[in-house]
Amino acid sequence: MSIQHDRARDDARPEVHARPGRIEADAVIGVVAREWILYGQSWRATTFAAVVEPTLYLLCFGFGMGALIGTLAGFSYIDFLGTGIVAVSVMFQSMMPAVINTFIKRRFLHTYEGILAAPVDVRELVTGEALWLAMRSGVYGCVPLLVAVGFGLRPGPGMLLVPFIAFLAGFAFALFGIWISAVITSVRSMDYVFSGLFTPLFLVAGTFFPLTELPAWVQNAAMANPLYHAVELIRGSVFGGLGAGAALLHVGVLLGFIVLMWFLAGFQMRRRVVG
Amino acid sequence: MTTPVPGRRLPGSASSTPVDTPPPDVPALLLRGVVKRFGTLTAVDGLDLEVPQGVVLGLLGPNGAGKSTTMKMLTAQSLADEGEIRILGHPIPAESKWARARMGVVPQHDNLDEELTVEQNLRMFSFLYRVPRARRKEAVARAMRLAQLGDRGDTLVDDLSGGMRRRLLIVRALLHRPELVLMDEPTVGLDPQVRQDLWGVISALRDEGVTVLMSTHYIEEAERLSDEVALMAKGAVVERGTPADLVAKYAGSTVEEYTPGDEGADVLERRVREHGFTTRRTGVTLSVLRAEELPDSLRDRLGTPHRRASTLEDVFVTLTGESVE
Repeated sequence: MSIQHDRARDDARPEVHARPGRIEADAVIGVVAREWILYGQSWRATTFAAVVEPTLYLLCFGFGMGALIGTLAGFSYIDFLGTGIVAVSVMFQSMMPAVINTFIKRRFLHTYEGILAAPVDVRELVTGEALWLAMRSGVYGCVPLLVAVGFGLRPGPGMLLVPFIAFLAGFAFALFGIWISAVITSVRSMDYVFSGLFTPLFLVAGTFFPLTELPAWVQNAAMANPLYHAVELIRGSVFGGLGAGAALLHVGVLLGFIVLMWFLAGFQMRRRVVG
Repeated sequence: MTTPVPGRRLPGSASSTPVDTPPPDVPALLLRGVVKRFGTLTAVDGLDLEVPQGVVLGLLGPNGAGKSTTMKMLTAQSLADEGEIRILGHPIPAESKWARARMGVVPQHDNLDEELTVEQNLRMFSFLYRVPRARRKEAVARAMRLAQLGDRGDTLVDDLSGGMRRRLLIVRALLHRPELVLMDEPTVGLDPQVRQDLWGVISALRDEGVTVLMSTHYIEEAERLSDEVALMAKGAVVERGTPADLVAKYAGSTVEEYTPGDEGADVLERRVREHGFTTRRTGVTLSVLRAEELPDSLRDRLGTPHRRASTLEDVFVTLTGESVE
């Protein structure tokens, strides 16, 4: 192996623009670009899961339960469920890989060791990882909606807002997942996360049934569940009827959750990867 | 507040030109009184090290000497508890990102993406190292040529041999034409043939004027590749110099190895040391350093020697009391 001597180094040298400590778009883009290249290898499996899972949910619950229930909260059950599944799909598409993949990359593959040796800081790494998952969720979140249309959901212009809501919720859940992945210390801990956190999150969010049937304290607790706010936004966009105040409240909660999780995920990840 | 270093932009500057090369008198690496503790364990204990630009410095030490911790502190993946670190004039960790834009890091752990091809792995890091878009393709092609993987661009990393993977790992760190390259045990675990193959690229970096800090526990590697060697033990540098100077200073030109008879190694060793000579045990034999100065009267009482040239290993064991490969 030999190196050709040449003086073209300056042309290839990276540019670092920002004051130390600031988030740089170039660094975040670098992390996202890395994921995009990886996605080129895994898109078939990812797409398969994104399509098959909601389809099965809609088939089994929509037709199975729908035949028994008929209408719920003024909607046909399959319409009610179809919009709820969009939010659940977003959560699974973002939070699951954020917990599992991030943990594996940090703990076993030493991926972050390599990335952080490049001009990328921990907050940029976390932001890039979450941004990629959010973008993916924004796209794949629409798949259950299209499936639901296939099952009879009436298309409407409000549906055009769904990718944006899915992106926002996906960003929130991805950051949440990255924070969790940096908190847990072993693969075994994931059992607690999936059973103790994922399950209540997606069951108590108005996805499969309205929260109004639940005890008051559960309803109050659900207000802190970002999935509930994502479900309400998606349902409101698809069917209309969501007032501006309520929409702002739901968006505000998601944004607040994003800010909180961004700080927590960055802080905890830094504790893990910087000794 | 950081001290401005001539030749680079100040923090917050709106300019987007690449960071300038520092003046030659600015050391590529500067560590002063660096301490790193993990609980009650002091992994790095008052480390002082200065590496001028264009020098290949071998950081030689046994496992647990603090080499990898030092490497991690240089990339700000571990923060020093005490002391000062500067890379190409940038204070660490405050301006670590700037420093990392100008250096390449070859990690000890192979963290290549196995499910991706050679070309994809390099392309991925061309983004992370922010190689300008117009230069990206060329940078990847050059790296593949350097790694002698020019015809393996579409091969999955998982299908590469151990040596190929290592070569890829090294050239991945060179994509952005760094001024400084940190190599943490670059050839650990490789067979001798592959190791020698990799030495070529490190030599070539030196020829190009790139500063290299290479941690290793292979004596031969440090001896052959380094302009200078820093011997590290228990978290500090115990001696530093060119391999030839260190050998001449501590081990002379010749080592004589004696196999103790019935009297035992302890008696033999005491006899030699009484005359002011340094010894070391090598298995069952006793090595006498600077043996060219042994008086014949003493030599006659030691037995029949096996003579060999002094090596850096003799120096290392003498100075640290620890052995390396």
